[in-house]
Amino acid sequence: MSEHADLAKLVFGRLTWEAIPLHEPILLATFVAVVIGGVAVVAAITYFRAWGPLWRDWITSIDHKKIGVMYVILGLVMLLRGFADAVMMRAHQAIAFGDAMGYLPPHHYDQIFTAHGVIMVLFVAMPLVTGLMNFVVPLQIGARDVAFPFLNNFSFWMTACGAALVMMSLFVGEFARTGWLAYPPLSGIIASPDVGVDYYIWSLQVAGVGTMLSGVNLIATIVKMRAPGMSMMKMPIFTWTALCTNVLIVAAFPVLTAVLALLSLDRYVGTNFFTNDLGGNPMMYVNLIWIWGHPEVYILILPAFGIFSEVVSTFSGKRLFGYASMVYATVVITILSYLVWLHHFFTMGSGASVNAFFGITTMIISIPTGAKIFNWLFTMYRGRIRFEVPMLWTVSFMVTFVIGGMTGVLLAVPPADFVLHNSLFLVAHFHNVIIGGVLFGLMAGITYWFPKAFGYKLDPFWGKCSFWFWTIGFYFAFMPLYVLGLMGVTRRLSHFDDQSLQIWFQIAALGALLIALGILSFIIQLFVSFRRRASLTDTTGDPWNGRTLEWSTSSPPPVYNFAFTPIVHDTDAWYDMKKRGHIRPVAGFVPIHMPKNTGAGFVLAVLSAICGFGLIWHMWLVAAAGFVTLIVAAIVHTFNYDREFYIPAEAVLRAEDARTGLLASHV
Amino acid sequence: MSDSTATVALGAAGEARALRFYDSGGHHPENGTLLGFWLYLMSDTLVFACLFAAYGVLGRNYAGGPSGADLFSLPLVAVNTSLLLLSSITYGFVVIEMQRKRQGATLAWLALTGLLGAGFVGIELHEFAHLIHEGNGPQRSAFLSSFFTLVGTHGLHVTFGIVWLLTLMAQVARHGLIAANRRRLMCLSMFWHFLDVIWIGVFTFVYLMGALQ
Repeated sequence: MSEHADLAKLVFGRLTWEAIPLHEPILLATFVAVVIGGVAVVAAITYFRAWGPLWRDWITSIDHKKIGVMYVILGLVMLLRGFADAVMMRAHQAIAFGDAMGYLPPHHYDQIFTAHGVIMVLFVAMPLVTGLMNFVVPLQIGARDVAFPFLNNFSFWMTACGAALVMMSLFVGEFARTGWLAYPPLSGIIASPDVGVDYYIWSLQVAGVGTMLSGVNLIATIVKMRAPGMSMMKMPIFTWTALCTNVLIVAAFPVLTAVLALLSLDRYVGTNFFTNDLGGNPMMYVNLIWIWGHPEVYILILPAFGIFSEVVSTFSGKRLFGYASMVYATVVITILSYLVWLHHFFTMGSGASVNAFFGITTMIISIPTGAKIFNWLFTMYRGRIRFEVPMLWTVSFMVTFVIGGMTGVLLAVPPADFVLHNSLFLVAHFHNVIIGGVLFGLMAGITYWFPKAFGYKLDPFWGKCSFWFWTIGFYFAFMPLYVLGLMGVTRRLSHFDDQSLQIWFQIAALGALLIALGILSFIIQLFVSFRRRASLTDTTGDPWNGRTLEWSTSSPPPVYNFAFTPIVHDTDAWYDMKKRGHIRPVAGFVPIHMPKNTGAGFVLAVLSAICGFGLIWHMWLVAAAGFVTLIVAAIVHTFNYDREFYIPAEAVLRAEDARTGLLASHV
Repeated sequence: MSDSTATVALGAAGEARALRFYDSGGHHPENGTLLGFWLYLMSDTLVFACLFAAYGVLGRNYAGGPSGADLFSLPLVAVNTSLLLLSSITYGFVVIEMQRKRQGATLAWLALTGLLGAGFVGIELHEFAHLIHEGNGPQRSAFLSSFFTLVGTHGLHVTFGIVWLLTLMAQVARHGLIAANRRRLMCLSMFWHFLDVIWIGVFTFVYLMGALQ
């Protein structure tokens, strides 16, 4: 009998039927909705016999464009989840005053704010940023794929599997209740003995490996695979920001991996890195996690800066003002982002000298950032500005981000930080820069490059609706938090006694509602644009009169991107080609060497997730089996030497002839 | 940005005009594997940097338990270190034989490298087992937590290197010293020497300075 129990424990660990939250009506309703939705999707795929194409053309695809699109889809799906958390918190805080306790028990509320932060940063912003870089960078540098196409596919599936683990915590067990960085000793085994922190650790570890590898991949791509003639100082600004971001990824994510490994050793093995006794030091965790965490926010914002640079230049019909200063500003921000981490915990008690150093380095970052803002403004100055949707996002960004930057400089002053730290002022500040900077940038980028990916533009009316709802909603949702923060209201509270504060939370809830309409408009925009794709179609491949190489190929681009590798003579290579009357070659094509699709990345990532799930639930047998099969599968994959093939010249000719026809029909 | 017109001669014939903006098929992007592997090694170095930093912060927090001077047996560590350093030399011979395209000799040196690595891991496991047996496991104090983690992570890397080495031996035996295998052998070479460099840090920072006090 006891042997039987031991075996069950090895297989199922601490997973029991209790872990399924049947007693929580909100989760149960969500679960039912997800099951219905999931069954509908599976049924639809089966009905349309789409399993084969889904596997062949998407899941196993090593085409950087498809992987980029999948990243963006992942990010948008997770945005819905992260935003649902946000709406729940706003609704709860708007009513939980005095005798009213709100509708979320504290236990659940704490999971929601943790999940919201983790999901929005790591599973919304990161996939969207990585997706755009993946899609755009090879096209901008005139390459046919990334340096390591298989690794690219593997990276995506690792990120997706990390996201799947987070989503699983909704219905099997629970998520961490620690805040998005899981500080010990709260995240230690004594204060958090349940599976929440373990879900946090393993979802971040699995996704983190993917992110790190994609960073290596894109650096190698940018350094090694640029078209002939494209020297570093002729690279498009988005490619420059992508390079700097990926350098940050490779230099920051190992720290996250290491610090989470130490935390898991504390939790699983009983070591004393971050414990309160036997010599442990919890503040070391806070230092290490912010050595990753601060560069992480620059990983998000730098590509957004790149997007704005491309958009401003294109829609002002001008070369970007101050290209070289833009590059240097980006590089300086990259370096400085490593020298500021301690400003996240001025109140730790490092002493005046240390705080002064980190306060000053933080303030210095506003100089290159300010230079960028002026570069964009001077690009617009005397330009023929077209206020298309991407440009609207950009203008809104410039106003909003400057406000967020100024509150950031305020917080960088240590004495001010002693008053404002851990308050809603801080929450307002980082939402101000992440929504007003990263998210607006991603929306601009998605609208800008959508026609390149799918061959038709997004409907501008619904795009403008989305833009206005987002912008106005943002100000309604977060300006009240600045006020509340200045009044001393701290973050992460699920109940308030002071009734006079309620009106501000109600205004913020209204803002969240407006943002919800913005997201809804975006979804409607996708549907409407798909329905109207015939009239929105882009036959030229260059719908915005663009300036960089991605606009020189068709929309959507062929698998091989460029039949002939372009030769670059100028920073705005495609604008230069158009201006000087290039002639598109229509004959003389040669076979093109391309990598083959493989399912190995998907298999390895799923095995990693199984191993992670086993570790979360202490299912040692499952974890060990997952790990061993993971290693074996990786070794088996290395025995596959047959990884490339040639696209025959006739196939290239057919694809290029089709484009010749399209171009002719346009004129 | 730059004066680009100077680099392009205006072609007279239409074909020449078409070609100057497009490569005619001769351009092949460089292989990025070695750069990519260097980048990976840099990132792995940062993992070790964190573990060294943790040891730097916690390495004197004995919590009333034993210190490095009480625990470390320098003669054993000396043997261990020489095994690993020797294995770097033997891997050097692997690369020399690989460049001479001598498959048998390459495999022989690989096998010797693997044996030396296995000896290193074996001695380390012996040391760990001894410490744990005496009640000085990683749970005893923050010093021992950071010691076991830093040294153990290095040991795990060597173990992984041995698995990789065995896999490569099978692949070289099967396909010979083809370009793909030579590239893989160069990557493993970088990995193996990298572990050597890390070990020199561990040896100095943990063992020598720990035993000195």
